[in-house]
Amino acid sequence: MKDFFTKKKKYATVPSAKARQDVPEGIVRKCPKCKKIMYVKELQKHLFVCQSCGYHYPISAQVRAEMLFDQNSYVEFDRNMVSLNPLQFPNYLNKLESDRKKTGLNEAVWTGKGMIEGYETAVAIMDKGFRMGSMGSVVGEKLTRLVEYADQNGLPVIIFSASGGARMQEGVLSLMQMAKTSAALKTFSKNGGLYISIMTHPTTGGVSASFASLGDYNFAEPGALIGFAGRRIIEQTIGEKLPEDFQTAEFLLKHGQLDQVIPRSELRNVLSRILSIHAAGGVEG
Amino acid sequence: MGPELDFEKPIFELQKKISELKTFMDEKGIDLSDELNHLQERLKDLEKETYGSMTPWERVRVARKLNRPTTLDYLPLLFTDFVECHGDRLYGDDPAIVAGIAKFHGRPVTVIGEQRGRDTKENIMRNYGMPHPEGYRKALRLMQQAEKFRRPIITFIDTKGAFPGKAAEERGQSEAIARNLFEMSWLSVPVICVVIGEGASGGALAIGVGNQILMLENSWYSVISPEGAAALLWKDAGKAEVAAKTMKITGSDLKKLGIIDKLIPEVLGGAHHDPGKQAEIIDQALIDSLKELSPLSAEQIRQQRLTKYRAIGDYETVQGNQSDQKGNNRDNKMR
Repeated sequence: MKDFFTKKKKYATVPSAKARQDVPEGIVRKCPKCKKIMYVKELQKHLFVCQSCGYHYPISAQVRAEMLFDQNSYVEFDRNMVSLNPLQFPNYLNKLESDRKKTGLNEAVWTGKGMIEGYETAVAIMDKGFRMGSMGSVVGEKLTRLVEYADQNGLPVIIFSASGGARMQEGVLSLMQMAKTSAALKTFSKNGGLYISIMTHPTTGGVSASFASLGDYNFAEPGALIGFAGRRIIEQTIGEKLPEDFQTAEFLLKHGQLDQVIPRSELRNVLSRILSIHAAGGVEG
Repeated sequence: MGPELDFEKPIFELQKKISELKTFMDEKGIDLSDELNHLQERLKDLEKETYGSMTPWERVRVARKLNRPTTLDYLPLLFTDFVECHGDRLYGDDPAIVAGIAKFHGRPVTVIGEQRGRDTKENIMRNYGMPHPEGYRKALRLMQQAEKFRRPIITFIDTKGAFPGKAAEERGQSEAIARNLFEMSWLSVPVICVVIGEGASGGALAIGVGNQILMLENSWYSVISPEGAAALLWKDAGKAEVAAKTMKITGSDLKKLGIIDKLIPEVLGGAHHDPGKQAEIIDQALIDSLKELSPLSAEQIRQQRLTKYRAIGDYETVQGNQSDQKGNNRDNKMR
């Protein structure tokens, strides 16, 4: 257990089942937006961004970690934490088991720490491949522990959100994870901690309405769907069609909810600038 | 007692029979008091039986009764000197949330409650009790004012959810809710939250991060409404009755799950049968809660709340060669 943090290569070099799965069976992939067909190898080289229209393909937590951190610099936390079934919800444990197999993750969020352009950072990456990235007890607990770890060790926190919201099968316990994660971030913030929120497709419901909106800096990936309520529900409620760009990252930027929309190719650069500004410190209190 | 629900029908029928019998006795001058007493006894039994064993779905429907007491009904029954405060100072005033200052048994408090209408006209004015961001921001403004003047905060939760609308999204519904969770967690004055009707999702939680959470017997509180859960989980909103049970949303469910601190009993048949009596029961619960929290210092109040939310979750760490175990809720209970 002691050498856990030193055995970094173990996690970084072997592509997981999910990482492999993200690359489709064939050697080409068709952009869902502009229909352009691209070689997967080419896509991979461009961080899974369509070179024709700029569409950002959703990516798994592992792929994200690979492209975010300096090479071989990261470790994972709380790898073996799993949800129980607080409501005794029928079939819930089976569904979790099958998503664990499918994604190679224990839950809908990966947490760990690693280096970004030489800056040590505590990072969480949600994966919509696991129960739509929904937040239940484990997601809430892993995020809370990550924030506490960062607090104790003086690290910045970056959370990549990708979630349909709170997890239905854990009912009110899922709802309370919104308060739990927000409270942890408030304590972290009070202690001077830096938190950068990066919303990726999709960031909605209870995740959007808790930690994802609470960054010192709130960013999003181009085209990401971000919002509280679902589009269909809103259209039904107000009885009108919503504009095409409604609840996109660009829409939120326009309405003052984001600091920037950052293309994937520029993310490490922007993050390293923020981390360097913060590392330099401020005036004496 | 307002519109009857199907499970209450036998009670209403029996009540009708009794009143008919009374009229008959009066008109004809015949003494049938034996028969009358018998029927009244039966009515009592029937009420006890019906209301004493309500299903979760029946409770949901009682919680939604148009004549069920709302925040504004309880306000004059529980507080004196209420002064309403409007507006978030940023955009507007949201009638779906009522907020202000008042006295509770002589003690200054800040009161915040979600407010639905008691008829259609009022419901339109109150947006059916579904707040916009400015409602949550007004609530936060009042809470921060309470922090400044060291007043306990009492909130009443009663909403079908934060409003799912275009304007709400444009003005940052998510951010408004998130901000309230963030800020409420660190308040150093006592926060007591009472779920008096419906408590749907983030829209309820946004005024619900408290030192103590109280819940009326016939109210519900969950991550989503039973209809929403049924639609999402089984693609069939018609299965709401099943969802009401499966999702564990009633006060007694939440008490068992350890999410709420107190289950407040209701008068027989539901709060609407006797709002005055119901207010007395809530009054006593609030007195008790404030008394329980009063020995705590400002810092202890904050810590008590932080600790309470820190502990919520149901998970375990399974054996594995890559685990980073720091201990948790259920380390001993391996699957």
